[in-house]
Amino acid sequence: MNGAPGRFLRNLNQERIVLWITVAIFVAAALGLPGFLTSGNLIAIVRSVSVLGILALGMSVVIIGRGIDLSMVAVMAMSVAWYLQLLDSGVADGAALPLALAGVLAVGVVNGFLVAYAELPAIFVTLASGSFVFGYVRSQLIPQDAVSVPSDHWIIALGKLRPVGVPADVYIFAALALAAFVFLRFTKWGRYVYYAGDNPVAARNAGMPVRPMLVLRYVISALTAFAAGLLTAASLQSINTRVVNSTLLYDIVLVAVIGGIGLSGGKGGVRNVLIGAALIGIMLNAMTILDIPQLYQNLIKSTILLVAIIVDGLLNPRDEQTAQQGDI
Amino acid sequence: MRLMKTLAAVAAIAVAGALPSGPARADSDTGPADYAKALNGKRVVMVPLAMGFDLAQGWAAVLKREVTAFGGTFETRDPNWSTEAGAQALTEAISSSPKPDVLVVMPPDLNSYTKIMKKAQEAGIYVLLLDNPANFKADAYLGSDWTNLGALEAGAAVKACGDGTSKKIGLVQGDEVNATSLYQYEGIMKVLDAHPDLKVVAKPDSNWDPTTSRTVTATMLQQNPDMCAIIDFWDGDATGAAAAIRDAGLTGKVALITTGGGEKTADCDMIENGTYTSVVMTELAHEAGDMVAMIKYLLQSGIKPGTATAHIYTLEQATSKDNLRPDSCWDLKAMQAMAP
Repeated sequence: MNGAPGRFLRNLNQERIVLWITVAIFVAAALGLPGFLTSGNLIAIVRSVSVLGILALGMSVVIIGRGIDLSMVAVMAMSVAWYLQLLDSGVADGAALPLALAGVLAVGVVNGFLVAYAELPAIFVTLASGSFVFGYVRSQLIPQDAVSVPSDHWIIALGKLRPVGVPADVYIFAALALAAFVFLRFTKWGRYVYYAGDNPVAARNAGMPVRPMLVLRYVISALTAFAAGLLTAASLQSINTRVVNSTLLYDIVLVAVIGGIGLSGGKGGVRNVLIGAALIGIMLNAMTILDIPQLYQNLIKSTILLVAIIVDGLLNPRDEQTAQQGDI
Repeated sequence: MRLMKTLAAVAAIAVAGALPSGPARADSDTGPADYAKALNGKRVVMVPLAMGFDLAQGWAAVLKREVTAFGGTFETRDPNWSTEAGAQALTEAISSSPKPDVLVVMPPDLNSYTKIMKKAQEAGIYVLLLDNPANFKADAYLGSDWTNLGALEAGAAVKACGDGTSKKIGLVQGDEVNATSLYQYEGIMKVLDAHPDLKVVAKPDSNWDPTTSRTVTATMLQQNPDMCAIIDFWDGDATGAAAAIRDAGLTGKVALITTGGGEKTADCDMIENGTYTSVVMTELAHEAGDMVAMIKYLLQSGIKPGTATAHIYTLEQATSKDNLRPDSCWDLKAMQAMAP
């Protein structure tokens, strides 16, 4: 492979492949679909992936540190459902919010503790804690799948907030993306996430507080899940815990992974999340405009994901140097 | 004249035969004893799609009260929207001892539970299908006629899309396997075929998820801001479509039509505050009453499970602000408070 085309292909990693696919779909939709390239529709696209994107940010911080948090959707839905149920049963907001927040922190700390200190595999710990959170809250604390927001609550006001005609979700997604970027790129503990994800043993030998950092990452993902839940409730004026049974969890992992954050840790950043979210948002929007039945939508979505992974595998084959222990 | 005489004679004989020969005795009505003998100690198990939504909790409250009253036991299983968990609950119930006498099943789609339900009937258990049709000869189906329900929704849309409107309608379907979604669609299209001026601009699925419903509705409205009506296939996710309409500033301009269990906070309050224009609602008390009647009938009938079948459809109507009455809805909290 020589010359410009060769260099182009050599530099093509999964992130760039997905970026090019995204751009291609965007251009095709802009040319072919009337009403796609309007400011209203573009805002709607970003908005449609805001909550997903926020969850993917939290997930990414965990994945980069070579972990995974499968309890996020359960924490998102159940914490907010419990919070709203407390309000509904007459608990003052000043007590209900700290209670819900304490619950969220507790789940994050327990996840982190079990992974960091008990050294249990993250995938099993968080799968179990997610089921526990769902089961406990659903059976003990809330009477129904759906809990609605009290009519005069600040969450309703948050949902109606539209600075410059753009929903609050979009601003919060942008702010959290910036915060995650600054944390990962410019703070000491943020940089440590990469070292710990790339080679935990070496990171520990170098004197980094690997275990407390691990706990912190699960706390961060739990808190982002809570924020995502609040935004969902703000928009729908209720929260439906059925979302725990949906494919949302896989979509979160999909957004992170398709954008190029390796499940083996140590790679990627906020940019990858944004690319992954953009692809999903644009694709779903275009397919809805085209009125493609859902079975085909799933087929198209998974085909694009497979193509990206296969092309990446062909161009950047794994070998003993790039493969790591702990690859999923 | 002769005919009259004959008739009179026949009548006289009939009366004489019917009248008890002696004075009436208090214990002559064997009904209560037969009733108690047939029903006492019978076990009724309900397996809905999940216990976490209004209709299931309403049905369970009524059934529990009634079954307990006739000396039986009533139990529910909560598969929590999982087809596998539901199948497991059914299998476990069939092989449990003492086995249930009646299974009240809400199937997730047309085919998944068919074999298990047949097995139940072979084991001598009556199987009632609950509100979701299946390819299976149940001892009775109780619930909505979903084709008719769709037709009622479409009727409400036709009303909302009168002259001077764009005549554009959007559908937010459920999924592609559940019978309620498929038949609802069929019913809607039947009515719309008779109104060729109305046009369905898009018909995405929500997967019964409010966030998805919001996203697809937002896209539909973005493409067709002049739409006159949206039919969302369930009030459980129509809160999402409502949010999209609210976000677009089109509340009151785009009619939102849906269907639900007729629970107060889920439906009537939403009609009152203008979130939903029209809701095709189930009369829960009647529907649950039909269930109770079928259970009482079957347990006394001596019919072998799986031999007879019947569709007991609940009367449904589209409720909007025009015909909303204080008793249009039922109140889940009040009903649960009444349960023993």
